[in-house]
Amino acid sequence: MTAYLLKRLVIAAITLVLASMVVFAVLEIVPGDPARLMLGMNASAEQVELLRSQLGLNDPLALRYLHWAGGLLHLDFGRSYTYSVPVLDLVRERGVVSLPLALIALALSTVIAIPVGLYSASRRGHAGDAVAMGAAQVGVAVPNFWFALLLIYCFAVWLRWVPAGGFAGWGAGIWPALKSLILPAIALALPQAAILARVTRQALLEVLSEDYIRTARAKGMPYRAVLWRHALRNALIPVLTIMGLQFAFLLAGTVIIENVFYLPGLGRLVIQAIAQRDLIVVESVVMLLVAAVIAINLIVDLSYAVVDPRLRSRE
Amino acid sequence: MTLHTDVPEERLTDLIGKALANRSFFVGLLIALAVAGAALLSFVWTPYDVARLVISDKQQAPSWAHWFGTDHFGRDILSMIMLGARNSIAVALVAVGIGMGIGVPLGCLAAARGGLLDEALMRLNDLVFAFPALLSAIMITAIFGPGAVNAIIAIGIFNVPVFARVARAGALSIWPREFILAARAAGKGQTAITLEHILPNIATLLMVQGTIQFALGILAEAGLSYIGLGAQPPMPSWGRMLFEAQTRMAVAPWMAIFPGMAIVVTVLGLNLLGDGIADIIDPKARRQR
Repeated sequence: MTAYLLKRLVIAAITLVLASMVVFAVLEIVPGDPARLMLGMNASAEQVELLRSQLGLNDPLALRYLHWAGGLLHLDFGRSYTYSVPVLDLVRERGVVSLPLALIALALSTVIAIPVGLYSASRRGHAGDAVAMGAAQVGVAVPNFWFALLLIYCFAVWLRWVPAGGFAGWGAGIWPALKSLILPAIALALPQAAILARVTRQALLEVLSEDYIRTARAKGMPYRAVLWRHALRNALIPVLTIMGLQFAFLLAGTVIIENVFYLPGLGRLVIQAIAQRDLIVVESVVMLLVAAVIAINLIVDLSYAVVDPRLRSRE
Repeated sequence: MTLHTDVPEERLTDLIGKALANRSFFVGLLIALAVAGAALLSFVWTPYDVARLVISDKQQAPSWAHWFGTDHFGRDILSMIMLGARNSIAVALVAVGIGMGIGVPLGCLAAARGGLLDEALMRLNDLVFAFPALLSAIMITAIFGPGAVNAIIAIGIFNVPVFARVARAGALSIWPREFILAARAAGKGQTAITLEHILPNIATLLMVQGTIQFALGILAEAGLSYIGLGAQPPMPSWGRMLFEAQTRMAVAPWMAIFPGMAIVVTVLGLNLLGDGIADIIDPKARRQR
């Protein structure tokens, strides 16, 4: 168990360091001088040079990387070139939109997918299974931003139940804020639910074909009890894996959806920052998301050990 | 080149019969052929010329003259979708090519050599997987400039580790087989064995993954061009058609409905095709469906 934990931790740490180098390197080769952008076209060459040295842009590459990476460890991401505020403040301000959105979407997707997967697996080959899996097959093919447009048309333009876009802010109360997040969350969740339902069903069917399930049934254990007590628990590993991947996808995947609904989240922040060549913001947000993905994968790996006792003793 | 499989070799006619009897494969194939056909047809003919803007025809609802209606410039949506298919297919296909072209040799190499090289290549894989693909593709296209070519590269990069992983897993399951041992005893080198025995045996596996990545590529391209980072005007693309439709949803919903349907149907077709191939080559999986 300890060896397994340690190996996972070391791999995660190495991946994180390498990823930070890649992010740093990619943005190094971007054309455009941040100092020139901040000062505008009318600034003199001397002014630009002065700011460059103030920002540390003239330091050697390795030094700048260490400075940046060291800052990350203290949650000091530097200051945004365009907004002139610490990047951390921007991330906090936008994160309170993106994170709840991703969490609501994940919750919705799970609440829909697991029962559908269970139902389908228990009714394998019947009409209900065929209908559910047919719907899932279509759901997988739906681009979430198109689904979002249809939702806007139906619930915002036509029925006028919710706003078509924008975000009231949590300050305006929980309910108005949730109201502006519900359509984006549904748009994000449904295609993910389709994938998760298929995975759940497949994982359950694989477990249900195992010998010990037949034994349990032969001993007279009711089908329902077998499904809940033995099958679901053993099918959890692939399901957890996909859920981890999906949460990572949802965190980053809010980019396009945030644009559809004009939500002031991390995704829109990145797109705006790219347009304004505010590289430090782009760097920080991408790095944060990469760190989140690595952390989620690590948690999923560790949860394997909790769900599957064999993993604990094997290594 | 012959297929070295443990199951008795099937005659081609049997295989075709089996394939056509598989509903997923058949429906998927029909859809894929229809989309490819529409894209090819658009090179020589479209119902209307989309380069000509007829403002008097703008935002017309679907009718016999314009099956899918017209957009804000009076362009025929069906013709735009046919042209857009070209863009979607080209981007996704080349991106799959990049992924296979780099990923499969890497995966095979990792499986053949094992050891430190294998470990290093797989850690490199993990590294790419740690980057949220869509966000990274957005970053790449935004930095190097929007356009179809950069979209292809951005999507292609994230296909590489997928194919590397599939090729490695497939190859690892073939290496311990007896006929590989026989080939090694006959003095064949790793490269020769990989080319002559491993690759033919993982070809179908790669084909299944190929159709899945193709479908994902179409979705990714639509996403990129929706936020303005894919193919640039005047080349029509499904994603940008949706972007242009967004502000006109209330008056011309068909501008959004039909391009979106084109994406759904194409991706659905490809997924069915992939499922079908997987069913045909792996009867165990078929029983479970």
